[in-house]
Amino acid sequence: MLSAAPRQSESGARTLLKAEALEKRFGGITALADYSVNMGRGELLGLIGPNGAGKTTVFNLLSGVFKPSAGRILLGDRDITAARPDRRAALGIARTFQNIRLFAEMSVIDNIRVAFHMHRGRGLWPTLVHTPAFRRAEREMAERAAEFLELLGLQDVRRERAGNLPYGLQRRTEIARALAADPQLILLDEPAAGMNPNETDELIAVIERIHHRYGLAVFLVEHDMKVVMASCDRIQVLDRGRVLCEGRPADIRKDPRVIEAYLGTPRKGSRAGS
Amino acid sequence: MGGGYIAQQIVNGLILGSMYALVAIGFSMIYGIIRLINFAHGDVVMIGAFVTLALMQVAGLPFVLVAAGALAAGAVVGVLIERGAFRPMRGAPQVTGFIASLAVSIMLQNLGILLLTAQPRNFTFPAALQKVINAGPVSFRVIDLVIMLSALGLMVLVMLLVKRTRLGMAMRATAENLDVARLMGININRTILAAFAMGSALAGIAGLMWGGKFGQIDPLLGYVPGLKSFVAAVIGGVGSIPGAILGGYILGLAEVLFVGLLPPIYSAYRDAFVFGTLIVILLIMPNGLLGSDKGERA
Repeated sequence: MLSAAPRQSESGARTLLKAEALEKRFGGITALADYSVNMGRGELLGLIGPNGAGKTTVFNLLSGVFKPSAGRILLGDRDITAARPDRRAALGIARTFQNIRLFAEMSVIDNIRVAFHMHRGRGLWPTLVHTPAFRRAEREMAERAAEFLELLGLQDVRRERAGNLPYGLQRRTEIARALAADPQLILLDEPAAGMNPNETDELIAVIERIHHRYGLAVFLVEHDMKVVMASCDRIQVLDRGRVLCEGRPADIRKDPRVIEAYLGTPRKGSRAGS
Repeated sequence: MGGGYIAQQIVNGLILGSMYALVAIGFSMIYGIIRLINFAHGDVVMIGAFVTLALMQVAGLPFVLVAAGALAAGAVVGVLIERGAFRPMRGAPQVTGFIASLAVSIMLQNLGILLLTAQPRNFTFPAALQKVINAGPVSFRVIDLVIMLSALGLMVLVMLLVKRTRLGMAMRATAENLDVARLMGININRTILAAFAMGSALAGIAGLMWGGKFGQIDPLLGYVPGLKSFVAAVIGGVGSIPGAILGGYILGLAEVLFVGLLPPIYSAYRDAFVFGTLIVILLIMPNGLLGSDKGERA
């Protein structure tokens, strides 16, 4: 059966991300209340829930787009509750967006290079003079970029303007860009949205690969149950701004509360709005 | 009206265009990155001109140091304006920033009048720079050549910086989407500050050039180059640096050729012609020559 915190084996040193009693209010509306999460290094965690449950709010709080109304966020031992988004990115939290937000005017490769440069780029002088250190860094970046392009099947479109790509490829470019930021934790916000079953299968494979190859912790918000069930070690269910339950995929699938949250009780109008 | 005369007019147009282009780059950079039309930008030209005057005629520094001083003064003023006037307005509607820039412009002009009086001052470069060079039918002063070449050099430098460096990449990313750039680890405050510093440094050095070209400066001199460079930036496509450069040269050439080639009674319509050009180009190409229709940032 389900317990409130199923994998307590992730003790102190192995904990990567910890959020405690996060709350977010917008005016009089509480979008998220008493939200806590404990993520281990290299863990694959899923977050599901009906529309409007507060899933994207969780990501916005973790990546620093919003400041929480209450609660705190720890990355490793560091309190990042007040840290700006760029600082959090530098500390190793990368994300993608539900509605894709690429640098549409830039090429695929440049989108990836933006993320690289922020972490390992060089200053003006080495760039203009092409010092050996600069050339070495450029070569390393090119190799890593090639690796991510290959991993996500983007080699053939690397020079395309990102805004011109079909939807599925834009999603993958976003994931590649997030990887290039050299994260410890990657937040994927509905990566399967708008994908056909084939693309979804490929996506599941990609998530598995980045998880295994780079040992990354992946936090996945997803509507598509197939993706969550196939990918995640552990799932949190959010409903109307609160954590409903948390557990292994097999248990979540059977949990009556989850079924109720998704399908609604026979009483009308009990579903959370979108 | 022979070929020599026209060649001379073209050279004059290129000199004027170089200055417009330098100032227009700043307009475009700043607009590109925070969608702000900075009407105080022209007044940075004025400050650059007075700093040049002080360093050259009062302190008597060598020309290279004077030029470095004008660049630095522009950068410092740009940074102060951003920190003082625009950063507190970040996130406010676009029109707020626009009004704020008008306020900064009026304050700088009046501060100039208070501190320096409205009396125009003569601006004389060392004799070596005033020497006239005759190249066939065309003649110009050494300072004119310095203006054209150094403007060109600075433009190449800025383009390289934006295209090749980490800062440039951060600027392009921030220009496209500020919120996402920030989530990619870009420190947008620093990036915006850098755009102001670079753009304003170019305006500062344009002040030196303006003084050198026209020989007289006063605290209100920024108005005309500010407005015309804005027009140049719009013609080229606001937000695009190559567009700003192209727009600057087109405007400089068009203005000089208009005055030079039409009968003298029309020369009073010089500015009407400049703005007429703007209207025609915007009617045909609403985004300017090299602009994209990225639209306003929400």
